[in-house]
Amino acid sequence: MFGLAKAIKCFLLSLLAICCLSGAAFAKQTELVFYFPVSVGGPITKIIEGMTTEFMKQHPDIKVTPVYAGIYRDTLTKALTALRGGEPPHVAVLLSTDMFTLIDENAVIPYDDILSPAEMSFTKNFFPGFMSNSQTGGKTWGIPFQRSTIVMYWNKEAFKAAGLDPNTPPKTWAELVSFGKKLTKKDASGQVTQWGVAIPSTGYAYWLFQALAIQNGAELMNQEGTKVFFDQPKAVEALQFLVDLAFKHEVSPKGTIDWATTPRDFFERRTAIMWTTTGNLTNVRTNAKFDFGVGMLPANARPGSPTGGGNFYIFKKTTPEQRKAAVTFVQWMTTADRAAQWGIDTGYVAVRPDAWQTKQMKAYVKGFPYAAVARDQLEYGVAELSTHDNQRVTKALDDAIQAAVNGSKKPADALKDAQKEAERILRRYNK
Amino acid sequence: MRHVNAWLFLLPAMALIVAFTHVPAVNTFINSFFLDGRGGMPAEFVGLENFRYLLEDEVFLKVLRNNLLFASGTIPLSISLAMVMALLVNAKLPGQAWLRLSYFVPTVLPMIAVANIWLFFFTPEYGLLEQVRSFLGFSGVNWLGSESTALICIIAVAVWKDAGFFMIFYLAALQQVPPSLGEAAMLEGASRFCYYRRIVFPLLMPTTLFVLVNATINAFRMVDHLFVLTQGGPNNASSLLLYYIYEVSFKYWDTGYGATLTLVLLGFLGLASIIQFGVIEKRVHYR
Repeated sequence: MFGLAKAIKCFLLSLLAICCLSGAAFAKQTELVFYFPVSVGGPITKIIEGMTTEFMKQHPDIKVTPVYAGIYRDTLTKALTALRGGEPPHVAVLLSTDMFTLIDENAVIPYDDILSPAEMSFTKNFFPGFMSNSQTGGKTWGIPFQRSTIVMYWNKEAFKAAGLDPNTPPKTWAELVSFGKKLTKKDASGQVTQWGVAIPSTGYAYWLFQALAIQNGAELMNQEGTKVFFDQPKAVEALQFLVDLAFKHEVSPKGTIDWATTPRDFFERRTAIMWTTTGNLTNVRTNAKFDFGVGMLPANARPGSPTGGGNFYIFKKTTPEQRKAAVTFVQWMTTADRAAQWGIDTGYVAVRPDAWQTKQMKAYVKGFPYAAVARDQLEYGVAELSTHDNQRVTKALDDAIQAAVNGSKKPADALKDAQKEAERILRRYNK
Repeated sequence: MRHVNAWLFLLPAMALIVAFTHVPAVNTFINSFFLDGRGGMPAEFVGLENFRYLLEDEVFLKVLRNNLLFASGTIPLSISLAMVMALLVNAKLPGQAWLRLSYFVPTVLPMIAVANIWLFFFTPEYGLLEQVRSFLGFSGVNWLGSESTALICIIAVAVWKDAGFFMIFYLAALQQVPPSLGEAAMLEGASRFCYYRRIVFPLLMPTTLFVLVNATINAFRMVDHLFVLTQGGPNNASSLLLYYIYEVSFKYWDTGYGATLTLVLLGFLGLASIIQFGVIEKRVHYR
């Protein structure tokens, strides 16, 4: 019996010790759990962890635990699941387009509620194009971090081999098709060894489709995120074009094209042109064993690309100290110097104009002018598709796009179905 | 007094069953009449609205059809393959231990790792299947990216994974068959085929029932491969019931409709167990 009593005493004492220790830690350190996604190739996790370590060195009173949580969609799922379980992250990078969802879920707190109006002026430092997806109802809900647009990458060697000028990318849809035909190569048995162009239709199908829709002069949703216009004729034309690339012009593989493996197809010379996020720029630069070019997307009625990527959100279930600490962290992560370095390390668009004026960014752009393409394209940028219940509405659109590129539905019918589904989902927000 | 003792002995198991099976099931039933409240708002009672939507939800109907196809593909294939493999490794062959091991390996690998391996097999243009295909000179197929082939690929992976597991049960059952029966059959001059058909397979029937139950459950709870291989796409062509429930409940947080879908799943599994234990069970034992 004595042994048991001793063991219990020992246990209680150590419990007490742990409580005291952690209490002491709480007294001087604010703890932040930080969720982030990775959606492009390259050592993003390492870069983020390096940045948080550096931040903690400079702010010993704040402890940040970075948690890699999958692609954007998974990160949102995890954050909301954790929220329902009562333990959400304190700060997270999530899609700018998830803003309405996060507000509807009562998950996040606007920066205006933490900072004084004078302190809020820091939001003016960012590109207005990126802020349009970060503010609604006069409040700022997100701070731009890993923002992007879609850009076009092309293989200069393939262009040369096809008799095209390696420095002139296709500027219009018609050129995209005619270049694509020259770039599509077949072997003796008639099999395609190199495709002209790859526009991914999994992962972020709605995003790439939105680029086509914008170029055709179509807006897919209203500002309030309560209405969508998927089945308008201009959108149908845009989808028809995407389908035609594979079935009519035969310059692109049939069936869906995978988001995650498209850069790899490009490296392996399976496709001469690809559309993907500028966030893949450093990945391509590191892995492409040939000379490549980066350009704005080709135009039809107009040039254009939706913006994209992630913002910093601060969760509501936080103490005032944690909120302050979170803002400090977010502001630290997005200073001009750091935004520039992050842009150089990954290829994402440095989110503020003054980042482009820093010494390191100027030197980088001088040596690698393609780094500035996405920034220049911002001039034609349009807010990314964002609605209430965004994941579900974009899924309806993704399904329609996949049905169309698989040839199982006509573009007009597919988009009509998506429109019907989206209207049903948005019904409760239109009351 | 004896009753008290009995109930006390039952209590731990009862508590677990009630907490993890009965309460959630009843909760699911109740939840299916509510529309999830956003952002901490209370859920709204909507009566049969969720059920009505279920009937007009095209994605659900498609997913249901997929799941039935998936079940009717995986169950017979994995069971018959398991039986063949068990017969093979039960015979006295050189390297028999290695053969058993290699058949069983898919089962011990983690599901996500398995799916990643297969993802490489199915990758268009440079995946393993494509390498073989281009060697043989057939035209290219986008295995996971085409609506016509995505589900077949998922079935193939599931069969590959399950067959090795079921083989173990068959192997154990085969080794329980008394050798004297085989010797007697030989003395009587029965052919090998006759021996298997009239003696071995009937003796394996209880195992087959057990495996059948497992295969059915597996067919309806398949979800992890989908995360890696197709995410239910393209256009829901490879989505299965449990994956759709996950999407609705945890991606979109439409917990009410998720509960309604879960009831459908429960219904299916209930039906399957009634058939299996109420009808088939009576016929499997060798008398």
